Amino acid sequence: MSASEPVPTHHDPSLSGEINKLTGLNVAACYQCGKCSAGCPMAAEMPRKPHQLLRLVQLNQRQAVLSDSSLWLCLTCETCTSRCPNQVDPARLIDGLRELAFQQDPTLAPLKQRAFHQAFLHQIKSHGRVFELGLVVDYKLKSGALLDDALQAPGMLWRGKLALMPNNIEGKAEVRRIFEACEHVAGEEIPS
Amino acid sequence: MTLGYFPGCSLHSGAKEYDLSLRAVLQALGVELTEVRDWSCCGASSAHATNHTLAVALSARNLALAEEQGLAKVMAPCAACFNRLATARHVMAHDEGLATTIRPMLTRPFNNQVEVQNVVALFKGLTEVIAAKMTPLSHLNVACYYGCLLVRPPEVVAFDDPEMPTSMEAVVAATGATPVSWSKRLECCGAGLSLSRTASVVRMGREILADAKAHGAQAVVVACPMCHSNLDLRQAAMQRRGEPLDLPILFLSQLVGMALKLDPEALGLGRHFVSPAALQLAPALIAPQPRASLQG
Repeated sequence: MSASEPVPTHHDPSLSGEINKLTGLNVAACYQCGKCSAGCPMAAEMPRKPHQLLRLVQLNQRQAVLSDSSLWLCLTCETCTSRCPNQVDPARLIDGLRELAFQQDPTLAPLKQRAFHQAFLHQIKSHGRVFELGLVVDYKLKSGALLDDALQAPGMLWRGKLALMPNNIEGKAEVRRIFEACEHVAGEEIPS
Repeated sequence: MTLGYFPGCSLHSGAKEYDLSLRAVLQALGVELTEVRDWSCCGASSAHATNHTLAVALSARNLALAEEQGLAKVMAPCAACFNRLATARHVMAHDEGLATTIRPMLTRPFNNQVEVQNVVALFKGLTEVIAAKMTPLSHLNVACYYGCLLVRPPEVVAFDDPEMPTSMEAVVAATGATPVSWSKRLECCGAGLSLSRTASVVRMGREILADAKAHGAQAVVVACPMCHSNLDLRQAAMQRRGEPLDLPILFLSQLVGMALKLDPEALGLGRHFVSPAALQLAPALIAPQPRASLQG
């Protein structure tokens, strides 16, 4: 590059660079103490624990991380984030990784979790609020888990816990425009 | 005083009794609630797990509505809504880039002036009024369950101590009931995986309730509709795989309402899967001594 050429803005194409751009986090600050995984209520069920996911981000293993189902087991309970001794914020990192995976290809997320998130967002986009019965039906259709929890429905109805009609807000169109504006920022449609 | 109220989606359906009991109790305590007009869903887990901008924008819309209404403070009884609203307030104050992107989406002036409060903080501020009006719930040992989102992450929620909170115990003490000392009060109940990974939620719930029971609790007090549904509705499934739990799960507002001798129907006490009836009729029947009370 000659001296006369404009200096390009620094762009780090690595996964940690992408994460930094999306979340402002510095994954290099993680020194693998493992405290995040030690306190994680879902670590026992995760193929890769939070500190292992972090290490893979540091090592730029994009596909391995984004296709790991462990991402979708995080409950964002924030225990890791509250305890991290170097303020790495693993919960925010996992949200960022899920966002990148969802942008790249929503089918990277396991079917049931993907179906849930899509059905949930669809409720907000359609009504402005979540209509629980509509959420459950849509989730079942999207996930194929038709019989899960079917026995709970009568008990919930009996206790007045299941509204039968959606509650549409006046600003429904406003909420829909927020979705559209965020899709514009992301450069693609939010799958719902 | 008038307080902004953001009920959130659950309080309009599955957790109707939380809404009912809050309104009844706050009226009895002289707190006037003004619902945020035309509020929309906070976005919950599904928004923040898939699109950060959307998650912040959806919650910020509600803060902007509250501001437009002239509300100085908004109380969100759902711990997840509280957390999302507090996150939006925090992000809009600290991430100028994202705030600039989001402000035009809100279609109304937004100066980020509305304070966000959870239900425990509200009741903590009312302990003296509660203590003055209550009939003590003597011989009732309860486990105060915070779960995740009331106290974490500390810089965002700015509430109590993230590892050793004491606020809910202070409210319970004001009702004359005894808070037991136990280990799992800050563990997550499984929250948003309730539908899509029920077995995990049942495992976590069982660990939480078994610990509460082992430490002498006769009931568990919660301040979140997600925690309630995961511990109450899913309790039958937990028991199918282990020893009986039979622990009624009460909203904090219901416990305060019981101490204020409000009508059980107005508190929605009959709407739970695990009935709290035994607690009201014969509170002294099953009263093991609680362990040492918490250090303030």
